[in-house]
Amino acid sequence: MIIAVAAIFALALLSPLLHRLFGQRTGWVLALLPLALTMYFASQLPLIADGNVQRTAYAWVPGLGVELAFRLDGLSMLFALLICGIGALVFVYAGGYLKGERRLGLFYAYLSLFMAAMLGLVLADNLLVLFVFWELTSVSSYLLIGFTSEREESRAAANQALLITGGGGLALLGGLILLGQVGGTYELGALLGLREVVQASSLYGPILTLILLGAFTKSAQFPFHFWLPGAMEAPTPVSAYLHSATMVKAGVYLLARLLPVLGGTPAWHISVIGVGAATMLVGGLLALYQTDLKRVLAYSTVSALGTLVLLLGIGSEQAVIGAIVFLLAHALYKGALFMIAGAVDHETGTRNLERLSGLRRAMPITAAVAGLAAVSLAGFGPVLSFIGKELLLEAALEVDGYGPLLAALVVLAGGLFVLVALLVGVRPFYGTARPTPKPAHEAPLSMWLGPALLALAGLLFGLLPAVVENTVVAGAVGAVLQENIDVHIYLWHGFNLSLLLSIVSVVVGAGLYLLWARLRHATPLVERVLGWWPSRGFTLMLDGINRLARVQTRFWQNGYLRYYLLMTLFVTVGLVGATMVTKGGLPTGLKLSPVSFYEIALAAMMLGAAAAAVRSPGRLSTVVALGIVGYGVALFYIIYGAPDLAMTQILVETLTVILFVLVFYHLPRFGHYSRRASRARDAVVALLAGGLMSALVLAATATPTNSRLAPFFIANSKPLAHGSNIVNVILVDFRGIDTMGEITVLAIAAIGVVALLRLGRARPKVYEIEEPTIQPEVRP
Amino acid sequence: MNSLILRTATRLLVAVLLLFSFFLLLRGHNEPGGGFVGGLVAVGAFALYGLAYDETTARQALRFDTRSYIAVGLLIAALSVTGPLLIGRPLMTGLWTELHLTDTLVLEIGTPTIFDIGVYLVVFGIGLTIILGMAEE
Repeated sequence: MIIAVAAIFALALLSPLLHRLFGQRTGWVLALLPLALTMYFASQLPLIADGNVQRTAYAWVPGLGVELAFRLDGLSMLFALLICGIGALVFVYAGGYLKGERRLGLFYAYLSLFMAAMLGLVLADNLLVLFVFWELTSVSSYLLIGFTSEREESRAAANQALLITGGGGLALLGGLILLGQVGGTYELGALLGLREVVQASSLYGPILTLILLGAFTKSAQFPFHFWLPGAMEAPTPVSAYLHSATMVKAGVYLLARLLPVLGGTPAWHISVIGVGAATMLVGGLLALYQTDLKRVLAYSTVSALGTLVLLLGIGSEQAVIGAIVFLLAHALYKGALFMIAGAVDHETGTRNLERLSGLRRAMPITAAVAGLAAVSLAGFGPVLSFIGKELLLEAALEVDGYGPLLAALVVLAGGLFVLVALLVGVRPFYGTARPTPKPAHEAPLSMWLGPALLALAGLLFGLLPAVVENTVVAGAVGAVLQENIDVHIYLWHGFNLSLLLSIVSVVVGAGLYLLWARLRHATPLVERVLGWWPSRGFTLMLDGINRLARVQTRFWQNGYLRYYLLMTLFVTVGLVGATMVTKGGLPTGLKLSPVSFYEIALAAMMLGAAAAAVRSPGRLSTVVALGIVGYGVALFYIIYGAPDLAMTQILVETLTVILFVLVFYHLPRFGHYSRRASRARDAVVALLAGGLMSALVLAATATPTNSRLAPFFIANSKPLAHGSNIVNVILVDFRGIDTMGEITVLAIAAIGVVALLRLGRARPKVYEIEEPTIQPEVRP
Repeated sequence: MNSLILRTATRLLVAVLLLFSFFLLLRGHNEPGGGFVGGLVAVGAFALYGLAYDETTARQALRFDTRSYIAVGLLIAALSVTGPLLIGRPLMTGLWTELHLTDTLVLEIGTPTIFDIGVYLVVFGIGLTIILGMAEE
């Protein structure tokens, strides 16, 4: 399995190169790998029958007990097949849709990156591995939504999606870590058997909340749903793949995966059913107000995701079978419909439902495929989604207490599904033909092959449910429920309540379709409340955070070096001093060694120099005075036998003087600008800082240290590190990682200095006429 | 500064200072010295050169952009840190080998020395980036 994931990562690296080699046919070439992987996974089906699990693991961070572990069970299998199968079709489709796009190679790379991440996510058998892939799907989704990065809308949508799914990811990380702590293992397979332990733990509430937050943001549940329609800025192949068939189902996957551990409690039922039902309804209602083909589909996807979450919230056997069937059916038809929307857009130049009509003659194949996929979307006919919808109704009716209410909601949402099906499958293709921005013509093979295969699969699985019944569906259901289930699904359930309710849905949907235009304009408030407010609230929150950041940055980072220095010293003195006083850290019982006359002389010289530095009338004399202090310190180092320190001190002092001299050149005339009061304040802070440092040093020498470090360094410097200069051995060997960090920080600081120097120089040069040879840097 | 005496002296001094900085760098593991101090001495050498002539001449004498020294130094240090991973040892393991120059003279060289050379180059690059940057007109 690791080879499968690694192969797609490799494909991501290679695809720009392949694009250069194969040009327009790259899509077909790239599709070969996911196609082969689909076959590979399909060939593994017998091995995972009867609840068997295939597992491979590699040591990753052995110190933390994190394994790069993958598992293939029924649920992973279903997702893996969808990811690879639809992925292959999307590659082919993208080749047609983005023909002529200059950065197509890069696009394929992002798409492969996503595919690898998604595959890793559903195969991961370790919570932390799962999380890494989870985040990687968010990142690749960001890259894909913002692919047309020259458009501001794309960038905004990409940011929004990343912030919401990334924020949810953060919550998820917290939840997964808590879960791992409670269960004592991060291994998924082991956790699945720890239901009682986890649910009895006092941390169950936080775990559930955090993990649900992660799943709900990823799967665009209300009130986080708005990023998904926004993500329609992405090129259509991305919408078809990430934002309908695969990535948005990652949250659903996680819920299904953890259902055996977290599910079944009242908290689970209330939150998951509640959010799922709300999303189902909100998504459906908002679809009503859209005129953009892709946005209609996006909202209906939100609604479908809500339905899936609702089913997992119910969590009964019936509901889980329904969820798996519906998930499979939805991936098939929604992927197809998105591709068709893209084909229509590509061949006519518009996605506006009010301008599209009568395309049947110009695009006969697309129209036929759209019709077939729309039947699936409506969920009424000999298709797999019909079975899913029947199961959904039955599961909803079974819920204690809320059965009729949920069923009513499902029927209403079903009606809205029918409406969407009519809007995207019928409206653009029938009626009188209208002129479109581009004269309409049939899409090329690469653009109708994918949707056709997907739509046909929906029909095939509906007519012959046995094909999927005991292979994919039974396996996935068994993995979710953690027991072997004999699944029997039929197209024809006989005349019963759920069939009746299905018929009601169709009637409601047809009615809504006839009233569509009028209804849309008559009730703008619904869209405003449900669609606009959450998104607006999010924007307001972001603006608020930015404003707060700006205000406090202006306050603290006011640009005056002296205030930074003052504040740093003041805070240090305050915190360290307070700790020393309250915790009894003040030096007591000092045993001072006798002081020799040259030490006194040196100290007197340094004091005199310090006084001169404060009182001196010019810059140069200040620097010289400070230099005396510095060299005095170096002399003390020599007296006390620290030649390394002394050498460094002398060199730093020297270079500092050189720097000062260079800086003087740029400074204004020296003078006393500050008032007496502020000088007194500075003096107090300076004296306090000096006093604190002295106290610290005295305290440090007065306290007997029983550190084992110094003896260790002394004993091991020569035998372990082959060096007798302990200072240097510590720097380059014992504490080498610190040094590595320090030189990295220094390098970054140097880059900052260069930038600051350039910034300060760029402005005055604009006015320099004498030196036209050096051009000022153009800055926005 | 346009002083013939300083310029003439600088030519000699730069060579001596650079030699001294290498000396400090290489002896550092056993005697006072090391990459950091050595790097600072080398910075001083070129700072002197820049003061005696001008910033442009100093840059020409350096041959490469000062920032390249930082980058190369970091790279060398990072390689010496990660190198041991390639033979399955933990990060930053000091690997040593002995060169028998003569029967009595044995030279021990190891990855910490390479690391110190990286530190030397980084300090050298940073110091000159800042000083020559300030001196730039």
